[in-house]
Amino acid sequence: MTIYIDNKPYEVKPGKNLLEACLELGLNLPYFCWHPALGSVGACRQCAVKVFKDEDDKTGRLVMGCMEPVRDNLRLSIEDPGAKTFREQVIGWLMTNHPHDCAVCDEGGSCHLQDMTVMTGHTYRNYRFSKRTFENQDLGPFISHEMNRCIQCYRCVRFYKDHAGGKDLNVFAAHNHVYFGRCESGTLESEFSGNLAEVCPTGVFTDKTLHSHYTRKWDMTWAPSVCQGCSLGCNTSAGERYGSLRQITNRYNGEVNGYFLCDRGRYGYEFVNSDQRILQAAMRPHSNGTTNKDHILDLVAQKVKNGRTIGIGSPRASLESNYALKLLVGEDNFYLGMSDTDHDHTSIALKILRDGPVRTPSMQEAAQADAVFILGEDLTNTAPMLALAVRQAAQRKPEADALGQIHVAAWQDAAVREAVQDKHGPFYIFHTVPTKLDELAEDIRRGAPEQLARLGFAVAQMLGADIVPVTGLSQEDAALAEKIAAALMAAEHPLIVSGYGSGCDHMMKAAANIAWALQQKGRNPLLSITLPEVNSMGLEIIGGHRLDTALDVLRQGDADTVIVLENDLYRRADPHIIDEIFLHAQDVILIDHLYNRTAEKATVLLPAGTFAEADGTVVNNEGRAQRFYQVFVPKGDIQESWRWCLQIAEKAQIPALQGLRNLDDIDLALTNGMPSLAALQQLAPHAGFRINGQRIPREPHRYSGRTAILANENVSEPKPAEDVDTPLSFTMEGYRGEPPSPLIPFFWSPGWNSVQSVNKYQQEIGGHLHGGDPGIRLLEPHLNGGPHYFHEAPDTFVPIPGHVHIMPLYHIYGSEELSMYTSGIAQQAGEFCCLYLNPEDLAQWNITPGNWVTIDLDHHACRLVATPNHWMPRGLGAVSAGMPHSPVVDLPVCVKLQA
Amino acid sequence: MLSMTEKERIEEEIRQVPVKRAACIEALKIVQEQRRWVSDESIHDVADILDMSPEEVDSVATFYNLIFRQPVGRHIILLCDSISCYVMGLKSIHAELVGLLNIQYGQTTADGRFTLLPNPCLGTCDHAPALMVDSDLYRDLQPSALAGILEKYT
Amino acid sequence: MERPLTQHITFPPLEIRQYEAIGGYQAVRKALRHMQPADVTALVKESNMKGRGGAGFSTGMKWSFVPMTVPGPKYLVANADEMEPGTFKDRLLLEGNPHQLLEGMIVAAYAIQATEAFVFLRWAYKEAAVVIRKAIQEAYDAGYLGKDILGTGYSLEMHLHTGVGRYMCGEETALLNSLEGKRATPRAKPPFPQVSGLFGKPTIVNNVETLSFIPHIINKGADWFKSLSRTADGGTKIYGVSGRVNKPGAWELPMGVTMRELIEVHAGGMQKGYGFRGALPGGASTDFLIDKHMDIQMDFAGVAAAGSRLGTGTMVILDDQTCPVGFVHNLEHFFSQESCGFCTPCREGLPWTEKLLWAIEQGRGREEDLDLLLRHTEWLGPGNTFCALAPGAMEPLQSALKYFRDDFEKHIREHRCPYHDPVTAAPASANLHHTHHL
Repeated sequence: MTIYIDNKPYEVKPGKNLLEACLELGLNLPYFCWHPALGSVGACRQCAVKVFKDEDDKTGRLVMGCMEPVRDNLRLSIEDPGAKTFREQVIGWLMTNHPHDCAVCDEGGSCHLQDMTVMTGHTYRNYRFSKRTFENQDLGPFISHEMNRCIQCYRCVRFYKDHAGGKDLNVFAAHNHVYFGRCESGTLESEFSGNLAEVCPTGVFTDKTLHSHYTRKWDMTWAPSVCQGCSLGCNTSAGERYGSLRQITNRYNGEVNGYFLCDRGRYGYEFVNSDQRILQAAMRPHSNGTTNKDHILDLVAQKVKNGRTIGIGSPRASLESNYALKLLVGEDNFYLGMSDTDHDHTSIALKILRDGPVRTPSMQEAAQADAVFILGEDLTNTAPMLALAVRQAAQRKPEADALGQIHVAAWQDAAVREAVQDKHGPFYIFHTVPTKLDELAEDIRRGAPEQLARLGFAVAQMLGADIVPVTGLSQEDAALAEKIAAALMAAEHPLIVSGYGSGCDHMMKAAANIAWALQQKGRNPLLSITLPEVNSMGLEIIGGHRLDTALDVLRQGDADTVIVLENDLYRRADPHIIDEIFLHAQDVILIDHLYNRTAEKATVLLPAGTFAEADGTVVNNEGRAQRFYQVFVPKGDIQESWRWCLQIAEKAQIPALQGLRNLDDIDLALTNGMPSLAALQQLAPHAGFRINGQRIPREPHRYSGRTAILANENVSEPKPAEDVDTPLSFTMEGYRGEPPSPLIPFFWSPGWNSVQSVNKYQQEIGGHLHGGDPGIRLLEPHLNGGPHYFHEAPDTFVPIPGHVHIMPLYHIYGSEELSMYTSGIAQQAGEFCCLYLNPEDLAQWNITPGNWVTIDLDHHACRLVATPNHWMPRGLGAVSAGMPHSPVVDLPVCVKLQA
Repeated sequence: MLSMTEKERIEEEIRQVPVKRAACIEALKIVQEQRRWVSDESIHDVADILDMSPEEVDSVATFYNLIFRQPVGRHIILLCDSISCYVMGLKSIHAELVGLLNIQYGQTTADGRFTLLPNPCLGTCDHAPALMVDSDLYRDLQPSALAGILEKYT
Repeated sequence: MERPLTQHITFPPLEIRQYEAIGGYQAVRKALRHMQPADVTALVKESNMKGRGGAGFSTGMKWSFVPMTVPGPKYLVANADEMEPGTFKDRLLLEGNPHQLLEGMIVAAYAIQATEAFVFLRWAYKEAAVVIRKAIQEAYDAGYLGKDILGTGYSLEMHLHTGVGRYMCGEETALLNSLEGKRATPRAKPPFPQVSGLFGKPTIVNNVETLSFIPHIINKGADWFKSLSRTADGGTKIYGVSGRVNKPGAWELPMGVTMRELIEVHAGGMQKGYGFRGALPGGASTDFLIDKHMDIQMDFAGVAAAGSRLGTGTMVILDDQTCPVGFVHNLEHFFSQESCGFCTPCREGLPWTEKLLWAIEQGRGREEDLDLLLRHTEWLGPGNTFCALAPGAMEPLQSALKYFRDDFEKHIREHRCPYHDPVTAAPASANLHHTHHL
């Protein structure tokens, strides 16, 4: 439809509000309370425009752009003097209490309030009375609180409460004393609290970890990155100054993470700056006291050339690094550096998604589902941003019902919420222990994972899946299965979610059966499967042998050297197994970032670049390949793992890797070697890409101090580092316009210094980035031929006398290796040494709660603290997974209990 | 901790509404009736019984004028400070009260007997100026009458 | 002259048997037994009854917006949160004849097929709470409330909710939030409460005076209702006068009496030694009327034509011994304290005007302050703010700046209040809830 803005005709999409329409057209209209992901409430009154009845109407009517839908032939004016004056005055009002402390405010320079103040032309403050002042709160390790800066846009509570389901942030009091915070000081409970720093248009909520090594946005060197915290692959921008990583911010991706990140993703970056980093190549024992990199490379190359070398890859290393290692050691000598259980799960997931007929959704698609069934996952802890997405999905059905009744646009957030009240759509959760999403669920089932998976199979069976009938269901269970089957059938886009979270692959199989059966019935199901790590899927696609077979090879003397890629093996299998690897291997060459337990035992250390110091590609749980870019040139010998492999190969004269120098080279080798990955060639522009002959600068054009930044070492300005791998430059010089979407280091637009500038990069507000969102999906459903159902449901869970079956419990803080180097995350981590058991089991085994118990793990005794947990069925135990120092690593496991 | 009476009365209110949280204001009123004010502890107690977070309850509690989130005296004086009373002699009534009680608006006498609060229009403008002490309305006030009124409250 | 609303007001009020004896609950019998819900709405629409809460919207029209086919509960709410400064008319109806209100509510509820009804009563009306609670119980006992009323198959539950003090609760959508146990902030319209109201269900909110009139319209018809009035706006109206008059009070009079008649006849004229400067015709959020308006007819159209609003019909008089600046400061203090804090212009603009007025009143005013005040009256106009609170607050201010500008200027020129010592307003901290505020 056509609308007229200041008498010029524009084509706009129906269903939008005037503010969205103006922003989409690239026009500047200031706003605060509206947020593309949160909708409109009309609180701040900043986006006022004049609307005219017709061409002859000269007076017009002031309306709020965010509250007014577009209509065909609507005439509005942004430039109308009355509207302009009013918008300026709104800033004038906000400034009556704002402290004008930009110079000492962390938001300064990336502040939406500053931008909007300038945009409205408000320059002179004519309020002469005293300002109101507030007490601030300590909100924990992630978020700083400075309430005096508040402009009461209500975005914080709307995000935290309404969008993310948080309970402990709210608005208090009334009139111009409204206060946003908690009842009292204390760590914010939400796993999404960090988004407050981006949602807040000014400096009330700011990033506390940034504050601890503060740098202005314009003074950081940025690169587009991908979160390493879980398998979802949220897009981030990472910023550096003085050789340390300062901040992770959201990098909008219209298909993946949208506007938000979880706190593990946002704050889990401190390992990059850790004093545990390996900076130099090193070897044991020292040879002639030298740690010369070339010398060490020569020695390693000789071993590779002359010895019998195997390689152990890593699910937290890039496709390039894994593939380079695989070629370096030879395909037959490459082992997957994941636990055997993780491998089992990931391979089933890959099989389901690659060979099955049902599409796995992007996170933004998942958020649009109108029915959700979660099997055996505590998403908040295993795939946090997917939890946020399904939280939105729970609203879809009642929202659609309400819109049919009240006839307002979906972006009328308050009106829709009022009409929806506490209603949720069809939402079911099967999980052994309570999860944060339970509050949304219509029905919840607890029990042993196998038991729950059985019930999942029963649902599939009711949907017509061709499987062995599940027998012996209680009447209640049968009724529930029937109810869920009916609800999924009735939905437009039912979403089935499962994954690694219970340590039970039958969950995934049940989920696949259900989704496939729905597909056969002509429905449009979506199937999401969580995976353990950032590149679990990528590694599985590259393929390799199981980790336990590596031990066999070493035991039998078929190999004497092991190259370990970005991996702490002690997190992959129980310690006695890894100890044995070291016992049998003559040399263990570790290419990694941090001095961990594996590094302690390795004979050669080669310092690897983290995501911030390396370029590479990772594949998320959806099969979406995404590129992360080096942010800065690291200290010492640190370089990409794949580059170490290339350099070793060069010296060892490995034919498959000869002549490969840079990222494009290794990617070409990868796509040539693995035709299924051919699409990677289109993932992002190659290193030679230029716009107007220019590179894309990693630094904002206001970057300061470049001539003086190293003056304490040398007064001559150093030559900027060159990037041979990508079209990005390490300087502020280069193309100032909008880069292609995979290459956006940071969002900025003239007059839009805050993250709100992302509006300028989108095809449609809240939609895809110009030129399409970055990333390429490698897995699409296999639509020809019927599904190959998993026929056998697992047997009913039966406790084994004297034994306990231990399942993993994942925790957003603690279960992931690298994020634990962030003190705020470590502070909130779960217990590593607790064995959760049913209180009746404890009583039966005569164990006093809180006492140590010894379990027998492959004839190795290890000790855990017996902790009662009444959610555990009899005979089932649980241990927090992935915690540092946890004695039990490969979960689930059945152990003998020594009372 | 909530008393048995408070619990029973709040649960009765919960039965009247379609969702538990809708009884929030009633619950706060019940607690205040019993304890004269709503302490932080009571906010947590009310939150527990209504399956709400303390923040959700306090957000409501701090919005309203007549939910007291600070301790008050045994008797609450609500002095109407709206327009008809303003015209009809609010100033002298206020001055007299301040003199008698030796406290300002928002304060409680040292003996804990009275808390003096301003209150928007009491809806008895034809008999201004007016005030309420607890549930008792006093109208057509003269400063000279105030001492006698206050005497009734111990 | 007929006074249907007030003729049976007594203290204590009539008990149910007495009320029935004077013809009470006949309208319930008539409507529930002999009229279809749509007929009731049609009759009220025909009467052209305009809401007595202040906005003056057609009551029957409002009812007709309720979607009758939507399944599930519907609600009727009597807005008895009378908190507009200078307004004391509903108190009379609530304390003096609660059954009349209840009867009106039952009929209104029947018309929209409501399943539950609420009386939202302000906290300060302690006496009203007692008599309404009693009346509701009596009505239940007599079978006018509860299941299957009078054997007609229609059922209605009724509750009394007493508020905890916020002017915002008088705004119908904020009132609904408060009834839901939430902060009393207003909701966006559309959707209107008639479609999505209490708990997201269709809801009608009517003023006490409006609802109290319903039984009489049912009993005597639309023409009778129209005939009560002197103007096109039908019915009688409860008018009130407070301030320095000889006999302040409230009276039920034909719609359309003049201000002169009200002040000079019913209120007994100005007190000795006090002259008339102006009046807020319908509560704190209406524009001043002055001498020249003495003979306008006080109905919705008449007062509007004079540049103000009939509002609640209860008038506050500004006399010549009271400082107009102080008077308006008192009003703006009230409004800025009662702003819910949701939208910017109201939350920040009202305290600013209050501070400007206080500076002027204390003799600290500046020439440019008047311009700033005037511009605020435009900026805080209807449509610019989220609800009607701030626009209402600007009405007395803009007309004071028009009619009493000399007084403002004199304050600024002489650096003092020429009338009396400034009357300090209570600080915000006097309300005992600002736990986070320094």
